[in-house]
Amino acid sequence: MTDIAIVDYGMGNLRSVSKALEHVAPAVSISVTGDPEVVRSAGRVVVPGQGAMPDCLRELDTHGLRAAVLDAAMNKPFLGICLGLQMLFDSSEEGNVTGLGVVPGQVRRFPPTSTADTGNTDGANEHVKPRFKVPHMGWNQVHQITAHPLWEGIPQDARFYFVHSYYVETADPGSAAAYSLYPFPFTCAVARDNIFAVQFHPEKSQEAGLMLLRNFVHWEPASAMDKQVRISESGCNV
Amino acid sequence: MGLAKRIIPCLDVTNGRVVKGVNFVGLRDAGDPVEVSRRYDDQGADELTFLDITASSDNRDLILHIIEEVAAQVFIPLTVGGGVRKVEDVRRLLNAGADKVSINTSAVQNPQLVEAASDRYGSQCIVVAIDAKRMGNGWEVFIHGGRTATGLDAVGWAKKMQSLGAGEILLTSMDRDGTRNGFDLALMRAVSDAVEVPVIASGGVGNLNHLVEGITEGHADAVLAASIFHYGEYTVRQAKECMAQHGIEVRL
Repeated sequence: MTDIAIVDYGMGNLRSVSKALEHVAPAVSISVTGDPEVVRSAGRVVVPGQGAMPDCLRELDTHGLRAAVLDAAMNKPFLGICLGLQMLFDSSEEGNVTGLGVVPGQVRRFPPTSTADTGNTDGANEHVKPRFKVPHMGWNQVHQITAHPLWEGIPQDARFYFVHSYYVETADPGSAAAYSLYPFPFTCAVARDNIFAVQFHPEKSQEAGLMLLRNFVHWEPASAMDKQVRISESGCNV
Repeated sequence: MGLAKRIIPCLDVTNGRVVKGVNFVGLRDAGDPVEVSRRYDDQGADELTFLDITASSDNRDLILHIIEEVAAQVFIPLTVGGGVRKVEDVRRLLNAGADKVSINTSAVQNPQLVEAASDRYGSQCIVVAIDAKRMGNGWEVFIHGGRTATGLDAVGWAKKMQSLGAGEILLTSMDRDGTRNGFDLALMRAVSDAVEVPVIASGGVGNLNHLVEGITEGHADAVLAASIFHYGEYTVRQAKECMAQHGIEVRL
C-alpha cells in the first residue's frame, strides 16, 4: 500500500516533490499517481501543482480526482504546495474560477510591477528603489505565526523558495500559519486540522524545505485538544 | 525581511563534464557536474543553471542523466538550457528533474515554442536566454552561441518574450562575456526596467563587486557567474557576504 500519494493531475513537474520526499523518507512507499483509488487508499496525500488555476481544476476533473482530493483534505494528513494551496480556497482571480472551497477566502493577483522608478539611477551609491516584480520568484522569509508540528526544527523567518503570481487571502485569520512580505504581508501557509498547505516549494528549499517534508511524513494530526498539547510541547523545544 | 537577490552559479556541460572556455575556445575542465553542484549547494547557491554546450546531438541524453543525478541530491531550483527546440525537449528536461528550462536560439527561430511551452508547463519554468551585443544606441540579439545576428533589439525582444509567456529573462552581454570586466550595466538596466519578470544578469563577472553592481546598478533580480566560482577564486558564500555588506538582501 502506498504511504504517501503525490497527486498527478498532469500539471507540471512532480519529480522534484517525489525526489525530496524519497530523500527524507527512504523507507516510505511513495507514489506519483493520477489514480483516484490510490489517492483514496494512501495514508497521506501531497497535492503539488504549477501553472494556472483554471487549467489545474479542469485537469483535476478530467482525471476524476476532485472527490479523492476533497476526501483527503477532510480526512488524512494533507500537504498542499503552490497551486495545491490555492485550489483549496473559495475562488481565484485567475480566470475567475471557483475553487474547492475547503478553506474560506480567495486567491488574488499581485499588483503589476511598478514602472514609475525607471528614471536616472546612475551612480554607485544611489539607493536602489525596490521593484516588486511578478512573478514573486526566489527565496523569501517565512514568518511563522502559529506553532505547528510541521514547523518543528525550522528557524523563525527561515527562507523558502517561491515562484507565483497569485497569493491567498484567508477569510479565517485563524487558518494562517505563516506570512511573507512582498511588499505587503501575505499568507504563505495555512493550517487547519489535517491540512497544511504552503505557497512556497519545500521540495526546492534546501534544508528548511526538507525539514518541513520530514515533519509532514511523521505528522499525526490530532484532535483539537491534543493539538494544543503538541503546540506547547514544541514551544518548550524552541 | 523580504525577497533575497539570488546568486546562480552556471555550469557549462559537455560530454558529462563541467567546462569553461573564453569566447568558446580553450575549454578547460572544471569537474564532475554532480560534485560541482553539491559544492555550490553547500556554499549556499540559490539556484543552479546548466548549459548543455554539447555540439553533436549524439550525447544529448547525457545531460538528462546528469540532471537526474543532481536532482536526487540537491534540493534547490535547477535550470537547464542548450539545444531546446521542441516542447518535447522541455518535457524531457522537466521529467529529468529540471525546474526551469532555458530557451535561446529556438525562441528566435520559433517564438511559438515559448508560448506553447509556457502554456503547457507554466511561465514559471520557461526562461528565455538572450545573448546581446552593443549596436549603436541599443543592443542586438544574437543566436547560435553568438554567431548569428538577428536584427532584433534586445529590449523589445525581452518584452515580446514576456508577452509570450517567459517567466524570467537570462540576459548575457556578449561584449563582456569572458572579459572579467563586469556586467554591461546599461544593458542589464535597460532590460530589467522594461520587463515585469525577473532578470538574471550574466556575462563579465571578474570580482565580487561586479555582482553587487549587477543588482544595485543593473537592477537585476539575480546574478549569474561561472569562472569566479569554478576555480575556487571565491565561494558563493563570500559573494553573498559581500552583497550583504553592500545592503543587498541575500539568503545566508
